[in-house]
Amino acid sequence: MPDDPISEESKKRGKISSVIVRIKNGIWPFIEKGKEDLKAAQNYKKTQVWKSVFRHKLDDTPRTRSLAVLTNVFLHLHPAKINRDSVRFNFTWGMGGISFYLFFVLTITGIFLMFYYHPTKGQAFADIMYLENDVPFGGLLRNMHRWAAHAMILTVWLHMLRVFLTGSYKTPREFNWTIGVILLVLTMLLSFTGYLLPDDQLGFWAVTVGTSMARATPLLGHEGPFGPELGMTAFNDVRFALLGGSIVDANALLRAYIWHCIAIPLILSALLAVHFWRVRKDGSISGPSPVVLESEMKKKYKV
Amino acid sequence: MDWAQLWEIVSLPDNIPIVFLLVLLPFFLWYGLRQAFANDRLISRLEVDSELAKKHHRKIEPFREGWDLKVYVWPYLLRIEFLAAVIVTFVLMVWSITLNAPLEEPANPNLTMNPSKAPWYFLGLQEMLVYFDPWIAGVVMPTLIIMGLIAIPYTDKNPLGNGYYTFKQRKFAILAFSSGFVLLWCVFIVIGTFIRGPGWMWFWPGETWDHHRLVFETNQDFHEILGLTSQPWISLVGGMAVGLYFLVSGWICHRFLVWNDFTQRIYSQMTLTQYLIFQLFMTTMISLPVKMVLRLLFRIKYVMVTPWFNI
Repeated sequence: MPDDPISEESKKRGKISSVIVRIKNGIWPFIEKGKEDLKAAQNYKKTQVWKSVFRHKLDDTPRTRSLAVLTNVFLHLHPAKINRDSVRFNFTWGMGGISFYLFFVLTITGIFLMFYYHPTKGQAFADIMYLENDVPFGGLLRNMHRWAAHAMILTVWLHMLRVFLTGSYKTPREFNWTIGVILLVLTMLLSFTGYLLPDDQLGFWAVTVGTSMARATPLLGHEGPFGPELGMTAFNDVRFALLGGSIVDANALLRAYIWHCIAIPLILSALLAVHFWRVRKDGSISGPSPVVLESEMKKKYKV
Repeated sequence: MDWAQLWEIVSLPDNIPIVFLLVLLPFFLWYGLRQAFANDRLISRLEVDSELAKKHHRKIEPFREGWDLKVYVWPYLLRIEFLAAVIVTFVLMVWSITLNAPLEEPANPNLTMNPSKAPWYFLGLQEMLVYFDPWIAGVVMPTLIIMGLIAIPYTDKNPLGNGYYTFKQRKFAILAFSSGFVLLWCVFIVIGTFIRGPGWMWFWPGETWDHHRLVFETNQDFHEILGLTSQPWISLVGGMAVGLYFLVSGWICHRFLVWNDFTQRIYSQMTLTQYLIFQLFMTTMISLPVKMVLRLLFRIKYVMVTPWFNI
């Protein structure tokens, strides 16, 4: 009822201003808190998020250096401290670590390669052509995978040579040497199963030559000693099991693919964990330790 | 001299790792043995000077006054690991950019590659096929190599040389291992890669791979030399020859175990099981070069021929 337009207006204004005041009063605490948050953010190392991620300070103290290694899942296979001369290149040659790094590179490049590859006859070779000619950096990807695999075999061999020359397989590290030998074999099998996957003449004949030896397996191969006597034929012997057939064909390609991409990497990773764990548990790396003289051998060693 | 042929083999992308092996293996052998000989000199000094032996730090890299015995992994080890990763990545990148992985025609079972070779790291086994039947070269030998490697720590009773390079204190172990790894395994790989051509025939480096070369080599079996023609005499005499080999080579290996006072002290700690395992793997390893000599010098194919298998 607009009888008194002025008072109506002031009433209205009063209503509006009181609403504004109420809104102001309501928002103000949030602004205050926001300012506090901004202040706290400047001191970000005290925030809950930061503290939940980093469990220790980052100052340059011995305590932090130790915690940096011990509280990090990727680094915790290391001890906090290590013998000064254990890190020498001339003792370890770094070959074990480089082998592991190459395995890591192979896993990453391998995952990328799997995006472009079908383990089926005909398609497999076309995929490699596609990878080399059309996929951006596809050729580089394949080259890196191939050469890292060859390099890993070399570094694993040299690692074995170093461990032998330093006598590091001796007590208490005998079992870790055993694990290492199995890892060596798995490394070569990984490379061998990958050899077939491009499905070209090179891989096909290499795997044909390689697996043809399996038919000569004693007892379990159809051309091996006592194989035929035990009922082995080309269709039930150990080579048949490896290839999923009597010739290197589609099944062999699929089996090589599954061994190469899933089974062997899984087994190898598990044994790698054991290998590293045992390095720590067997008293870290073996040396360089002080030389022992013949005259100091225990008394039980007598002629 | 066919340089083009030689270059064709050496520059094959898949053979590059073997070229690396030819460089890296001698280098690291030298690098390890150099430290071994340095340690040996130190050991000789300490052995004649018992006073020095009591107070010496006993390492070739001397420990300096004021140094901490241990260092923090962060950063002293981790920076090395990081640096190694960077260098390896760099080398791998350069290698991958400059050299393409090989890709040949699509697999074709009707078109046999000649020579058709296994991957280079298995060429040692393929080369062994020249001297042994597939069941030995392809199955038994690889199994024995793996088991023999695993057996090393359990049969080597020498307590010295644990954690430091030395040659003097582990002569037999080091010579046996390096002759197995370097002479038999790696040299076989090099032969399989660079020497073996079409038909797995022997071509010297620089010789043209002639696909039509014929070799007139008549190999004969041991029993044919003796003029035996009927079983079971062929098997029996062959078996006796193989048995005789194991006796003689076992005796030679035994001589190494009792070579001098030092080796005898170690030998005294071997159990019978350890001794037999040691003999099994050593004599089997030596059988390879022995068979090579028989084959290359005397043209003997099989020593023992039975109706089921041949050795």
